[in-house]
Amino acid sequence: MLSRIYAIFRARNLEFVRDRGSMSWNLILPIALMFGLSFIFSNERAEYTVGVLQTDAEIVVSRHPFLDTRYIEFVTVTDRDQALRKVSRHQLDMLIDFGIEPHYWVNPDSPKGYFVEFALLQSDEAGDGKIVKSQVEGDAVRYVDWVLPGILGMNMMFSCLFGVGYVVVRYRKNGFLKRLRATPLRSIEFVIAQVASRLILILAFTSFIFAGTIFFLDIRVDGSYLLLFLVLFIGAISLISLGLLIAARVTSEELAGGLLNMVTWPMMMLSGVWFSLEAASDWVRDVASIFPLTHILNAARAIMLDGAGFAEILSQLITLIIMSIVFLGLGAFTFRWHPR
Amino acid sequence: MKIALEARNLVKQYPGVLAVSDVSFAVREGICFGLLGPNGAGKTTTVEIMEGVTPATSGAVWYYGSPAGKRFREEAGIQFQSTALQDYITVGETLEMFRSLYDRKADLGHVIEQCSLGDLLNRDNRKLSGGQRQRLLLAVALVNRPRLIFLDEPTTGLDPQARRNFWELVKRILGEGTTVILTTHYMEEAEILCDEIAIMDSGKIMIQGAPKDLLHKHYKNVIIELPLDDFSGDLSRHQHRILQTQHVIEIETNDVNESLRELASSATGLNRMKIRQPNLEDLFLDLTGHSLRA
Repeated sequence: MLSRIYAIFRARNLEFVRDRGSMSWNLILPIALMFGLSFIFSNERAEYTVGVLQTDAEIVVSRHPFLDTRYIEFVTVTDRDQALRKVSRHQLDMLIDFGIEPHYWVNPDSPKGYFVEFALLQSDEAGDGKIVKSQVEGDAVRYVDWVLPGILGMNMMFSCLFGVGYVVVRYRKNGFLKRLRATPLRSIEFVIAQVASRLILILAFTSFIFAGTIFFLDIRVDGSYLLLFLVLFIGAISLISLGLLIAARVTSEELAGGLLNMVTWPMMMLSGVWFSLEAASDWVRDVASIFPLTHILNAARAIMLDGAGFAEILSQLITLIIMSIVFLGLGAFTFRWHPR
Repeated sequence: MKIALEARNLVKQYPGVLAVSDVSFAVREGICFGLLGPNGAGKTTTVEIMEGVTPATSGAVWYYGSPAGKRFREEAGIQFQSTALQDYITVGETLEMFRSLYDRKADLGHVIEQCSLGDLLNRDNRKLSGGQRQRLLLAVALVNRPRLIFLDEPTTGLDPQARRNFWELVKRILGEGTTVILTTHYMEEAEILCDEIAIMDSGKIMIQGAPKDLLHKHYKNVIIELPLDDFSGDLSRHQHRILQTQHVIEIETNDVNESLRELASSATGLNRMKIRQPNLEDLFLDLTGHSLRA
């Protein structure tokens, strides 16, 4: 059994590595995106953002003169801990609570926090002057830091889904699978070989690109690299399995392309590749949770930006493992060697 | 001689089409068995059921006295009518990959020599000519040292020289004691290679036996073949069976001298005349009323 799996695995790897066009695309796209975005977002944004801790959605300007300050965007926040985490990452320049005991939190390392604080204190002198200050420590999270898992995840998603799904459909259509069917090779062996082949390539490519961005762009990683690799490993298996499930019975490349796009585009939009879904409505986040990519990115960002440990990402890992088992099992069960 | 493979009452029903209708036959060990018929006769479907890649609607395939299963898959070699191989993989890597899929392995050097692939081992599969490709596909079918090999229209699309080379190759395989099941619509191929044939049409076996026996049984006569333009006699005057096609007249006779005298007296030009023995094409035509390559 192992020799058969290895034979198919090796042949698929050779086919991929020698296909210079596909291989280059897998390597160049994420690198180009990362460096492009890094360049585009190299200038700090000009606006100041202050979170206002309150339960009402609407901010009433008359509550405090500071809320009437020009060039500051005031946003409502309801979760204090989450908002403080953003202040620590410089994603919010200040958090303020105009409740019974007025309070504000600012990061002393944030230049914009310094100016916003200055503006608050100026305006508070006109007020009752009882506002209490607290400091929040933490380095800034640049957009590049935040978006890196998204870009690597997106590249992984395309490579896993199209690289496996399309290839299997092509093999089926041109009769190569039928030829394999005439050998002692079993469908589960073929499926395992495909998963292993794509997995090893994805792990190698993603690790290589990741290492490059860490080196050149000084990307922030607060958590464990090993844990990050575990997320990459399990996440890639779940995406490859999804690709195999989609390709299990399809005989037309056009249909396969349509089905793969039908899965990849919602993931692109809803899994948090380019922007956070924190502000999205609950139903959007519920829909996003059915996609493996959402769990991969949430886990990766938690490790990289929040320094999350194994226990904190365990639920995401379990979800990805369950998804992999379901996709792989269904894919192997419904697998068809050749068109009827 | 042992029976290597046996088809028992095979039926394949597709929606609205009965592709194979109660087909039964047995293939003796060590012979070349030919399954002949025009396109759409059901021979490829029959063979694919026997190969185990297409499920039968009903019926069974037996291999050396047992239902064809794991042992059959391990011991059978198969060359499909058309098979794509992986891109960017060389001939040598392809052979190595397929060989690894079997517990029963051939000496790869022998297979490479047998199929004259020695000079092509490092060549990308995409860069093979038609003949080279067919030789590779045959070699792929030989990597498990098969006791029985299926060749499904292996020379379709090859030029005459490549086709003859391929026949020599098949003869060598037969010489090593391998049972060969060949589907073809080339009569010459069947006559040269096959010890036994079955002719299929519309999903059924029409006739089965050794080519010489079948021809001997059905024909006592020879055929005089004339271009239609040269013939100027009255067809109805001839006592023998006559077949007229678009360009040729074929006169089946048991007395060539008498027939030639008759044709000469009717001022028919005999310069382009041919006299030949009936062949499998004639037999098929007589049995079904249409040509094998229709």
